[in-house]
Amino acid sequence: MSNTIIRFENVTKVFDDHIVLDNVSFEIERGKFYTLLGPSGCGKTTILRLIAGFVEPTQGNIYIDENCVNKIPANLRPVNTVFQDYALFPHLNVFENVAFGLRIKKVSAHEVKERVANALKFVNLEGFENREITEMSGGQRQRVAIARAIVNQPQLVLLDEPLSALDLKLRTEMQYELRELQQRLGITFVFVTHDQEEALAMSDEIFVLNKGTIQQSGTPTDIYDEPINRFVADFIGESNIVEGTMLADNLVSFANRTFDCVDMGFNQNEPVEVIIRPEDLEMTSAETGKIPVKVDSQLFRGVHYEICCYDDFKNEWLVHSTKKVEVGSTIGLDFDPEAIHIMRLGETEAEFDKRLEAYED
Amino acid sequence: MKTKNFGRFALIPYAIWIVLFVIAPLLLIAYNSFLDIEGNFTLLNYAKLFSPVYMKMMFNSFLYASIVTAVSLLVGYPVAYLLSRTKHKRLWLVLMILPSWINLLLKTYAFLGILGTEGPVNAFLEAIGIGGQQLLFNDFSFIFVSTYIFIPFMILPIFNAIEKINPSLIYASRDLGASNITTFQRVIFPLTKDGIQSGFQLVFIPTLSLFMITRLIAGNRVITLGTAIEQHFLVTQDWGMGSAIAVVLIIAMAIVMYATRKIMK
Repeated sequence: MSNTIIRFENVTKVFDDHIVLDNVSFEIERGKFYTLLGPSGCGKTTILRLIAGFVEPTQGNIYIDENCVNKIPANLRPVNTVFQDYALFPHLNVFENVAFGLRIKKVSAHEVKERVANALKFVNLEGFENREITEMSGGQRQRVAIARAIVNQPQLVLLDEPLSALDLKLRTEMQYELRELQQRLGITFVFVTHDQEEALAMSDEIFVLNKGTIQQSGTPTDIYDEPINRFVADFIGESNIVEGTMLADNLVSFANRTFDCVDMGFNQNEPVEVIIRPEDLEMTSAETGKIPVKVDSQLFRGVHYEICCYDDFKNEWLVHSTKKVEVGSTIGLDFDPEAIHIMRLGETEAEFDKRLEAYED
Repeated sequence: MKTKNFGRFALIPYAIWIVLFVIAPLLLIAYNSFLDIEGNFTLLNYAKLFSPVYMKMMFNSFLYASIVTAVSLLVGYPVAYLLSRTKHKRLWLVLMILPSWINLLLKTYAFLGILGTEGPVNAFLEAIGIGGQQLLFNDFSFIFVSTYIFIPFMILPIFNAIEKINPSLIYASRDLGASNITTFQRVIFPLTKDGIQSGFQLVFIPTLSLFMITRLIAGNRVITLGTAIEQHFLVTQDWGMGSAIAVVLIIAMAIVMYATRKIMK
């Protein structure tokens, strides 16, 4: 059995002359937690619907277990979906909602009872069998929807922004539960979200999408630490992005100064974009800091202060710090060479990976 | 406080209307049903209802109403379903409902022309070599015209019920392995039961007491309770007997409404 469960081969989807997915290729491996992350309209839900079989690709092929499923209808695919609005059947109670798929497969009554009970136990809903859907809270409905999907023992569970309707506290709780559930079941989850924190917290692998193409794929730390371009850097967490010039390997210039860094493989004097995450910036005095900046505003975020500063070249610098500063004062910013991340302009993911591999050896 | 008081005042015209034109007539009908033709108190009207003549009429009324309702449902449901899948569904819906804006009598007369011996249908049958047929004044024409008149009342509530179904429920059903047919059986049909129930009542109850169409289209071959009420009030002037039939019909309708609600639950 190959480890690849889903493969997209140059898949394009066009709706009413509008290209929603543009020549997308990727593979999804068995037993991992994948997240499709991107702003609304980036094509992430379309990918999910293509896997589920609700829409057909305009071009390209989709493989499940190395079988082309372009023409296989949704009801014959080994895939189950947890919908954004849960899509629970209002005329059926909790038990019958979960049993729906099993009843269609003509599973024996005894087995239905056992498997539904197990699935409900998995999502901590024992004893809720006879409740009506209208009697369940948002979080409980969410669990019923998950139970209804996993009870069929699919190879792949698709989750379409299932947490977006929950309040913050419940959402964080469900993130833990979903992640744990996926690991206990050992089946593949493909999770769609526009919430980067959710993606970082839960995933083995993240696909960042924008305008119908995959911008970058990788583990949460890869994507956070080494974003491929401005879009990814901006979308995943907050970033300071300034223009700079690569003087030589391990030497970059921005904000009119020269800094040591750990990036290589650029042309001499190549214009680049420089990223430093707000939490990697230390505040010191103006004299000792690497970049002197003026504090423009300060927001209390609970865990930290978010401090917005400007340097002499009108570059904005966002700092996350537990220390408070005075608005209007001049301070210095300090950072390690490792905190600097350099992005080549217009680099594709393949080129990016190649360059990274080249200098890692 | 003020709006509450106003709300109460606003109900007064409606209350007067209900008392004068709904409750009072019902009481009058009930009262009349216990009077014979000379105005003396009697229970004979109700006794007569159990004679073979009236039992047959009652049976006919229920039979034809059932057939018309069944045909409306069998034709109306697929129409409502397809309608909800078309692109300009509101337009199509209006076109379906448009005939119900035309006066009932006019529509009935129109059918006399269409189905008559000199009408276009017979002309067509002649032209294709089948030859002229007697289309009017039989069971078929009665059921056909009644269905035509009442079918919008079946389509509309079913259409609304289908429209109300959350599309992701259909996806969920497909996703869980249900074919289109199974999805219909297990999701769409159960969720449109309310619509079917409304449609059933809106068609069955009026057809139970139809009278004009029975005479014009069925040529009095189909005699229903509606016809009997009309005859008693306007021809024989036996208001007592007419009222007794009306009372029985009202009770029958109430039973039907109650029963459909129970069955559909």
